[in-house]
Formats: sequence, structure tokens, C-alpha cells
Amino acid sequence: MNIHQISVFLENRTGQLAEITALLAKEHVDIRALSIAETADYGLARMIVDDSYKASSILLQHGDILSMTPVYAVQVPDRPGGLTELLQILAEVHVDVEYMYSLFTHDTDNAYMVMRVSDEAKFLGALGDRQIKVMTKDELGLK
Amino acid sequence: MGNYYQKEIETMPQEQLRALQDQRLVAQVKHVWDNVPYYRKKMEEKGVTPADIQGVADLYKLPFLSKDDLREAYPYGLLAVPKKDCVRIHSTSGTTGKRVVAFYTQHDIDLWDDCCARAIVAAGGTSEDVCHIAYGFGLFTGGAGLNGGSHKVGCLTLPMSSGNTDRQLQFMEDLGSTILCCTPSYAAYLAESIHERGLQDRIHLKAGIFGAEAWSEDMRHDIENKLGIKAYDIYGLTETSGPGVAFECAEQTGMHINEDHFIAEIIDPDTGEVLPEGSKGELVFTAITKQAFPLLRYRTRDICVLTRKPCSCGRTHVKMSKPMGRSDDMLIIRGINVFPSQIETVLLQQGYTANYQIIVDRVNNSDTFEVLVEMNPEMFSDSLAKITAAEKELVSALKAMLGIAAKVKLVTPKSITRSEGKAVRVIDKRKI
Ligand SMILES: [Zn+2]
Repeated sequence: MNIHQISVFLENRTGQLAEITALLAKEHVDIRALSIAETADYGLARMIVDDSYKASSILLQHGDILSMTPVYAVQVPDRPGGLTELLQILAEVHVDVEYMYSLFTHDTDNAYMVMRVSDEAKFLGALGDRQIKVMTKDELGLK
Repeated sequence: MGNYYQKEIETMPQEQLRALQDQRLVAQVKHVWDNVPYYRKKMEEKGVTPADIQGVADLYKLPFLSKDDLREAYPYGLLAVPKKDCVRIHSTSGTTGKRVVAFYTQHDIDLWDDCCARAIVAAGGTSEDVCHIAYGFGLFTGGAGLNGGSHKVGCLTLPMSSGNTDRQLQFMEDLGSTILCCTPSYAAYLAESIHERGLQDRIHLKAGIFGAEAWSEDMRHDIENKLGIKAYDIYGLTETSGPGVAFECAEQTGMHINEDHFIAEIIDPDTGEVLPEGSKGELVFTAITKQAFPLLRYRTRDICVLTRKPCSCGRTHVKMSKPMGRSDDMLIIRGINVFPSQIETVLLQQGYTANYQIIVDRVNNSDTFEVLVEMNPEMFSDSLAKITAAEKELVSALKAMLGIAAKVKLVTPKSITRSEGKAVRVIDKRKI
């Protein structure tokens, strides 16, 4: 049910992210979500791409340091309060969100949040009880 | 007992070796007095003549030579034979000022090659071996020295020079290299590349001879494990010929100095006073067989310890410890002595690679001290908190080792500059 996220180490250097996205673009890898976490000196780019194995081999070849992490893409109603409901549910069952960001993909009624949580079993249980949809790779068109 | 290239001389009883040194020193002092006006003047200023030097016991009477002398006498001021008798030069990759140029007669090269051959044989080399030389060739002595030594041993010699990793690995695999000679940082880099490409099973190295830069025991273990070899240290400097002045035997507890060619002393770097065996101080060499460029009492700036304790390999020549630092490359940062090798030790202990760069600068009359450290797959995490925690741990380990705080900057792998196969470890931007 989870999807693969690629995290890439970024040093504090102008243009490194552009280099990475250009490299992926050249090989026709589509970036579906991107989030940057940083300190003053370095950071990491977390991304969801349409073909994570292809993307990771391109980046390794380029000499980047990276890791693959399982994350979840959760469907959230695209209306005021939609995200709050989801976060309240997680708070009730004591699941912490380590980080989240949104997929560029979007439909008329729903947005999709990429999430990494402290307790995956509890997380999936709570969402299942409320019939909140966790998207599969196929549904998102990811390889 | 080990293997020897020149058994008789390498295992000669110490008294006999000393007598040989006495005799060669007396002749060498006369050669220099007669042919090097620059040094003769220094002797005259000290009131010493060749008659005062009857043997090694009188060595302390002679004046020192330093890198400054070499720069001052550049290019021909210390040459002791007619230029027509010289067949080659080598030159150091100096960081400041003029380069240092050293001259060789064919005889000098022959003896230098012998010294390197001793190192190769001590590392287990025979004529069955394929000796892969990835030191730089050219003005740098590394390539030429090991190349000559390898020929003497009769190894199939691969004069690869440094760089072009793809070609290095291809030849290593296709020609079955068994002995790798290069700088330790390049060996570590090649080891990494071999692992990245999953070539471990197709590489058949058994030994490595690594020198020309400082490396720690931790780095040795790292290289030995990654390449599945035994890694031997080798020592030398362009001023005294090149690599092979001293080399490690299978015991790996110090490097035997080729005492039939070089007399070693340890001095107090501040006073110039000769220190007793076992003391830590600056290493000084007197070349007693060199014809073209015979430096007497040359101050290496390397800080180390000598020992004459018997060695299990059967060699009788004195052993020098791995240099613990350099009296001139030693950095003084905010008044504290910092040796780059200390930083390397901490990095390896903390799980980082030994590829680092120190940048020192002065801002508002205060020293800034930054260490660039390469991120590696083992230390990387999807969690910024984990990376930061490891970085904090590194900062405190550095502080504990050095006594001053360094700013650590994590950088992407292989982004630290290399020149002639030597990593640039220190960039000092202070104008002092
Ligand atoms: Zn020995």
C-alpha cells in the first residue's frame, strides 16, 4: 500500500537541486511530488517520481547519496477543514506525523498528501476504520 | 623471517652497518665540501671542516639544510656533480614559493630503485606479481620510484599513473593486478569504486604499498578490509630521492629506514638538539650514497620516533614510526596545534570516510576553522534529525580530540579536490 519516496542529500550549493531535476527530466522521469527539508548547511530533497528505480539509478550514477523510504499517499477532501479532520484522527490514536507534503496530482474533489508517520500499523488501522483512502502505486500511475 | 631483496645489507648486524655509515659519511662530506660551495660556506660559518667528521658520532657538528635552503639555492646551488652527469630531475608539488628540484645521476636512480625494490619484496612481491602503479608519473617521484623498483623485482609493471578510474579498474581486472602502489587516499577511492561497481570478486590484489601522504591506522584497516589486502606504508621525500627511504615489513609496526643510504636523526625542532632514541621529534636525513643531490642533515619537518628494537622480519635497520604530523604543516588554529591526521582518525571512528578538507581563515582577527566532510551512504538518512545528531556527535568528537571547536560542513561525495592523486587536505586562507 505504500509508495517509494527517494530522499537525496543536498549540500549547501547553488544549483544542485536544478542539476538533479534536469538530470531526471533528461531521462523523462516525472517528478510527482517534491519537498525540501534543510538546515543552514545542508538539506535533503524528498520526492515521489513515476519510476523510482530508474530515478535512483540515474542519481546514483551521478554520484548522489540517496535512500528509498516507504511513505503513504492519503486522499484528502479538497475543501476547508479536510486536512484538519485527518490530522485530528491521527492525534486521537497517538500517531505522529514525521513529515508530510502534497502530490502535484489533484482531481476536482480530492488532494493527496504524502505522509511518513511514527506508527504505520496504527495509522493504517485508523484510516481503515474511517474509510479514508490510501492510494496504491497503480492508482497514482507509479511504477 | 621475511623476504629480502638485498638480504646481506638488509639484515647486516648493526655494528657493521654503523661502520659502513661512518665510512660513507666521511666520503660524502668530502664530496659535498669539494663540490657544493653553498654547503661549504655553511660549514665554514660553523667552523667545521671535513677533518672534523670522522663518523656518524660527529654528524651533530654539521649544519642543517631546510626547505628554505633548497629554495634559496634553486635551481643548481646544491648540485654536486656536473650537469652533464645528471640524467633526470624530480620536483615537489610545493604549495608556496618556488618548487624544489632534485637531480639524479644514473647511479642515484639505480640505488633509489633498489630501495623501492626492497619495499616491494617486503610486501611479498616477486617476479610472479603484477604491480599496478597508480601514483602520478612525471615530476612527482611516486610513479617513477615504484616503477623502477618493480622492474628490479621483475614484476609485470603497469605504469598506470593516477586518475581515470574506469581504466584503473579495467586493467586491474583484465591483467590481474596483485600489488597496488598509490597514495592511501587514492587507494581508498579505488576501494570505494570497486565496491560501488560490485567488482570485489574480479579483483585479485594481495598487497598495497601506499605513501606520499599521511594516513592513520584506521584508514589502513578500512583499505585492507575493503580490498582484502595487506596495506604497507612507504616513506620518502623528493629531497632525499623519493619513496623508498623507509618501508614497512610484514610486522607493520614502523618503517625500516634504508640505513646503508640514509642516516636518520631525531632532533628537537625548536633547538636543533639531537634527541635520544625513542624520543619524539623532527626527522633529519643525511644521504650518504647520493651523487648528484647529496643533502646533509636535511630537516624533513616530519615528527616521528625511531626505534632499534629487533624486528621479527630479521631486518636490522632502524624503524621510524608513521609521521605523527609535520612541524610546518601543523596548523596552529586559535593557538592550538592541529594535525590533519587527528581529524582523519575521528572521521573514521564516527563512520565517515577519510576524505575531508580543512579550511582555515581569519575573520575579524579570529581564526575560523571549517572541516568539509563527505556524506556517505552509511551516514545518510531520510531523517534530518538523524543526520544532524550524527553531525553533532562528530563536532563533539573533534572538539575532544583537538581541543578546539570546528565547524563541520557535510558535502556530497567526491566533491573534494584532488591533484596529482593527492587530496588537498588543507586550505589556509590566513595571510600570516
Ligand atoms: Zn621488520
